[in-house]
Amino acid sequence: MRRIRIAAILILAVIAATCLLANFVAPDSYAHQFRDIPDAAPSLHHLLGTDDLGRDRFSRLLYGTRVSLLLAPAAALLSSLLAAILGGAAGFAGGWLERCLMATTDLFLAMPWLFLLITVRALLPLDVSPLISVAITFALLGCLGWAAAARVVCADARTLCGSDFVLLARASGGSGFRLLWRHVVPNLTPVLFAQFWISIPIFILTEANLGILGLGVAEPLPSWGGLLRELESFSSLSAQPWRFVPLVLLIVTVSCFHIAVRKQEAWA
Amino acid sequence: MKASPGSRIHNLTGHVARMLIVLVLGGFLGATLVRLAPGFGVDTEELDTRLSERSVVALRQSHAMEESLPRFYFDYLSKLLHGDLGVSESLHRPVRELLAERFPETLKSVGLGLALAWLAGLSLAMTSVMSRLWIADLLASLLASILLCVPAAVLALLFVIAEAPGRLAIGLIVFPKVFYYARNLLAQSAGLPHVVTARAKGVSGLRVFFWHVVPVAGPQLLALAGVSVSLAFAAAIPVEVLCDIPGIGQLAWQAALGRDLGLLVNLTMIVTLITLAANSGAELVAQPLRPGEA
Repeated sequence: MRRIRIAAILILAVIAATCLLANFVAPDSYAHQFRDIPDAAPSLHHLLGTDDLGRDRFSRLLYGTRVSLLLAPAAALLSSLLAAILGGAAGFAGGWLERCLMATTDLFLAMPWLFLLITVRALLPLDVSPLISVAITFALLGCLGWAAAARVVCADARTLCGSDFVLLARASGGSGFRLLWRHVVPNLTPVLFAQFWISIPIFILTEANLGILGLGVAEPLPSWGGLLRELESFSSLSAQPWRFVPLVLLIVTVSCFHIAVRKQEAWA
Repeated sequence: MKASPGSRIHNLTGHVARMLIVLVLGGFLGATLVRLAPGFGVDTEELDTRLSERSVVALRQSHAMEESLPRFYFDYLSKLLHGDLGVSESLHRPVRELLAERFPETLKSVGLGLALAWLAGLSLAMTSVMSRLWIADLLASLLASILLCVPAAVLALLFVIAEAPGRLAIGLIVFPKVFYYARNLLAQSAGLPHVVTARAKGVSGLRVFFWHVVPVAGPQLLALAGVSVSLAFAAAIPVEVLCDIPGIGQLAWQAALGRDLGLLVNLTMIVTLITLAANSGAELVAQPLRPGEA
C-alpha cells in the first residue's frame, strides 16, 4: 500500500508540475483560435486536436488542470480555516456558543450541497470576467464546504479541552487564549490537515459538475468542468476518442488524491 | 431497558422541533441571500425597449415591496403558511404547480437510484467482508473507486451516450459512498471479539452475519440510509439536466440559469426538509437498536 501511495503522490507531482509550467509546456495560449482548423484531429502541433472554436485542446487541458489544481487547494484551505475557527471556537468555548455554532453547522449540513451551491452561484453577477468567475466558483466552494469539517474539529477540540494536559495547563494558570494557541491548536493540526486533503478532490469534482452544467468557470478560461462539457456533443465522440482525455486525467488525478489521502482519512 | 412511549414521543417532538427551527433559519437565510444578491429588484424585462415608461415603473414597483428584508421574509412566510410558494419569475408559473408536476419524477428517479445503490453497495460490501477473498474486495473497491472519481454529470452523460435509462445513474453516483461506508462498518463489526469467537466455534457465515454483524452495524447503516437520501437528491440535478428528466433537479438548474432565486430557495428548502425528515426517520428507527438504548 505504501508503494501505491508513493506512486500516487509521484503521479500527482508530475501532473501538478506539468500544469504549473503550462506557460512553457503548452504549445499555444488557451484562448488562441486557429480559425482555419476547427475540430481538427490530433497532429504533431495539436496533440489532442482543436475544439469547435479552433483552440488547441492540449493547451486548454494544461491550463484547465492548472486552474483546478491551484484553486481547489485554495478553496480547501479556506474551508479548513473556517472549520478551524468555527469548530475550534465551538469546541473550546462550549456552552451556548457551541450550541449556536453547531446549530449553524447542522443547518449547513442539512442543506443539499449542490442545491445550495447553485443557489448561491445564481445570486452572483453574471457579467464578470473569467478570472473573477473562477475566483467566485472556488471561493463559494470554500465558503460552503466547511460544515462537515467544523463538526469534526469541534468534537476534537472538545476532547482536547477535557484532556489531562489541558486541565493541567489550566490549573497552572494558563489563560484562555494561551491555552487555545499553545495547547489546543497544535493538537488540532492533524485533523485540519486531513480535512484539507480530503476536501481537495471533492472540490475538484464539484467544480467539474458545475462546469458541465454551465454554472462554473466562464469561457474562455478553461477548467476541468468546461473541458468536460465537450462530452455533451456525444454524436462525434466515438469518432473522436481523444475528447475523453480530460476525463481520464481527471479520474487519474482524483484517484491519486484519494489514494494519497487514505492515511489522512483515518484522522478525519 | 426498553424506551418508554413517553421518551419516544419526546424524541419525536425534538426531531420535529429541530426540523422546524432549521427550516425557519434556512428560510430566513435563503430570503436574506435573495434580498442581498446583486441585481435584486432589477428585472431584465426593464431592458425591453417596447415597454413604456409606465410599464417600467410598474415593474419596479412590483419589486419595491420586497426591499425591506423583514417584510420580504414575513410575506414569504405568511404566503407559505397559506400554501402559496409564489410564482416562478423565469417560468411564469406558480411554484406549487411546478412542484406538483415535477416532484413525482424526481421521487421516481431518487427512489430507483437509492434502491440500486443500496442493492449493489450492500451486497458487494457483504460479499467483500464475509467472503474474505481479497480479489472480491479488490474488484468491488476498484469499481467503487472509479465511480467515486467520476463527476456525477459525466456519469449522466455516459448514460446518455449509452442510451441507458438516466435514472440509474443516480444509483451509480450514490453506490460508492454506500459501499465504502457499509464495507468499513461491516468489517469493523466482523472483527469484534464475539464475532470472531462465533466463527471459531463453527457458526455458519450467514448466521454470523445476520445474528452478530448486522445488529452491531445496523444503527449506523440506518444513519447512512438517511444521508444517502440527501446524496441522491444532489445527484438528481446533473442527472435530470443531462438526461432530460423533467424533475426538480432540472427545475433548479433552469431556475439557476434564469436567476429565479425565489424558486431556487423554495426548492432548496423543500429538499432540506426531505433530507431532515429522512435523517430524523433513520435516527428514530435506529435509536432503539443501539446497544444500551434498546
